[in-house]
Amino acid sequence: MSEKLNNQVTNKAEEIKSEISKNMSRALSGDIHTINFGPQHPSAHGVLRVVMELEGEVVKRATPHIGLLHRGTEKLLEHKAYHKGLPYFDRLDYASPMSEEHVYVLATEKLLGVEVPDRAKWIRVLFAEITRILNHLLNVTAMGLDCGAMTPALWAYEEREKLMEFYEGVSGARFHANYFRHGGVAKDLPSGMEDKIGKWVKDFPKLVDDIEGLLTENRIWKQRTVGIGICTTEDALSWGFSGPCLRASGVAWDLRRSQPYDNYDKVDFKIPVARQGDCYDRYLIRVVEMRESAKIIEQCLNKMKPGSIKTEDGKISPPRRKDMKHSMEALIHHFKLYSEGFHVPAGTTYTAVESPKGEFGVYLVADGGSKPYRCKIRPTGFSHLQALDELSHRYMLADMVAIIGSLDLVFGEVDR
Amino acid sequence: MEHFFFHTLAGSIVLIVLKTLALLVPVLVGIAYLTWLERKVLAAIMLRKGPNVVGPFGLMQPFADAVKMIFKETVIPAKANRVLFFIAPILVFTLSLIAWAVIPVNNGWAVANLNIGILYLLAISSLGVYGTLLAGWASNSKYSLLGAMRATAQMISYEVSIGLIIVSILLLVGSANLNDIVLAQRRIWFFLPMFPMFIIFFISCLAETNRPPFDFAVGESELVAGFFVEYSSMAFGLFFLAEYGNMILMSAIISILFLGGWLPPLDYVPFTWIPAPFWLIIKILFCLFCFIWVRSAFPRYRYDQLMRLGWKIFLPFSLIWVVLTAGFLMSTGIGIYGGAG
Repeated sequence: MSEKLNNQVTNKAEEIKSEISKNMSRALSGDIHTINFGPQHPSAHGVLRVVMELEGEVVKRATPHIGLLHRGTEKLLEHKAYHKGLPYFDRLDYASPMSEEHVYVLATEKLLGVEVPDRAKWIRVLFAEITRILNHLLNVTAMGLDCGAMTPALWAYEEREKLMEFYEGVSGARFHANYFRHGGVAKDLPSGMEDKIGKWVKDFPKLVDDIEGLLTENRIWKQRTVGIGICTTEDALSWGFSGPCLRASGVAWDLRRSQPYDNYDKVDFKIPVARQGDCYDRYLIRVVEMRESAKIIEQCLNKMKPGSIKTEDGKISPPRRKDMKHSMEALIHHFKLYSEGFHVPAGTTYTAVESPKGEFGVYLVADGGSKPYRCKIRPTGFSHLQALDELSHRYMLADMVAIIGSLDLVFGEVDR
Repeated sequence: MEHFFFHTLAGSIVLIVLKTLALLVPVLVGIAYLTWLERKVLAAIMLRKGPNVVGPFGLMQPFADAVKMIFKETVIPAKANRVLFFIAPILVFTLSLIAWAVIPVNNGWAVANLNIGILYLLAISSLGVYGTLLAGWASNSKYSLLGAMRATAQMISYEVSIGLIIVSILLLVGSANLNDIVLAQRRIWFFLPMFPMFIIFFISCLAETNRPPFDFAVGESELVAGFFVEYSSMAFGLFFLAEYGNMILMSAIISILFLGGWLPPLDYVPFTWIPAPFWLIIKILFCLFCFIWVRSAFPRYRYDQLMRLGWKIFLPFSLIWVVLTAGFLMSTGIGIYGGAG
């Protein structure tokens, strides 16, 4: 038995050796050269490092190296009370902060079994969709920028600024909002915010038209993206794709529709699906999704009614400042919440949301204490990134950039 | 005085130096302000403000940039070939300036009124490839080498179609003197009868100067900065200046070949009030605006797509046009202006 194993190992070793020597001789003869793409590279979208073997300009192999932004978020979460862990989620996928908060909040609520007031659900859906637009604006135009189209990026940045003002209006922070709470949201929308968002959402489709005007039918843009980085339906499923990347490969799968959370079952929206699975399709899906998100935002604003914005359970949501002056119980709750945090009954859950990038999930194990026992985060970009070699094989160096752009990678999330 | 300038050796040398300065100083100032113009135009298209802090309307920005660039440290990569590394930017910058010698700014106003002016321009612009190639090679870096390879392939392919377009213009004019070419356009500017060639020439000029959408020799998002990725300080500055110098030069060539050089659009009163050189400047500015406009509007081509465009579309098209022009001239017998038009 052990001899057989030994033989296998030796054979494998020989195989690897011969492959290495073959590659070495090709490298020495000048057929193949290796270049280091990133981590300091304008198109690496953060800190991606790809070691690429090129034949002239044709990519023979692309090996992504990750971990340069690893911050140990999962371990840190085990040492934080549930509500204190929330800001870490903003910093995972820093292009779509509130969607990440959403999943942690939902997972905890599932274990707690609390009822979230209707208005809070609407506010969450509203801001999850604002976040989706925030993310897609960045991604679509950054991909354009990678391919040399500068102007859409600047237009989108102006629009993102307006969205961040909404973030700032509700949470005080332009970006790392920390707005969603276990059992609701932190504060109600300030007065006038609904009108402002309503006014913005009416103008927004025009901006999408403008951006599309520069890209969608542009012949150079099409030459750069159509048929580049094709991912078939089977490949997409076996690599674990999700979100726009999966839908571009022809699978109509959207968690907002298939397992609706919060109030997504009460809004009407379409799920765009494309067939070819190339960079152009991934781009188009995102553009259409932005338009759909705008429709969802409008519906949220119409269906939202005044009411409570977080659960009344004093064990979970902090008391009002006014009550603390008179009520002993409120004071105790406040003290307990901000020193120890709330206790979550023992149990496990895998909860996922449709974040702008795809399925973003949390596997949460609670042991009855005030801190998670384990919190495994399922990042979206990780599964997209692992297909990079496959997608870029036999394409050129310039296509590599388009492919990385179309996969919508953010390394805060990939590296965690 | 006249005797000194025109009949003594020392005088003629002084005269040439003065002429050169009279041409180069405006060109250098033009280069400096083209960077400002580009940033302003791009900013306007992108709904930003552009440089507006240094001086009124940011007008002192080019000088601030120059000061910054001069005071930076020149970093030489350890494995670079030091001699070639420094020759390259000097070569590129020099070539972008000496081409101006034959550009006429008014009837007969050129530093050198050569009879083979256009051949001189072609020769100089072909030499430009060497600077790029040397820079990419001498830096001894993979990104630079890729950039240099792209740039060389690109410049050479586009020179072919540029050459053929110029041939069809030479057929129309019957002279290789730039002055004669402008004078031949007194009746009609060549961009009207040669409209397709005008467009192809403009696009080829974009490729020749490495401007977007053909800027993949520089390829910001793929090759970081392409062939000059290892350069810093004023060595980088020279490449930068050369690029803008070439832009102005190419715009001047477009204006002279297709837009009637210094000629006013109509030879009637309100137009003739503006002095001739200003018409040339207006036309150059128009071309430069188009260069910048294109940059803001289009994504970048891929290397092989540009090659396809150059060899499979532009080359046959301009070749056919040469044959058509020659055939037309031969069959009708018109258009032989006999040199000075």
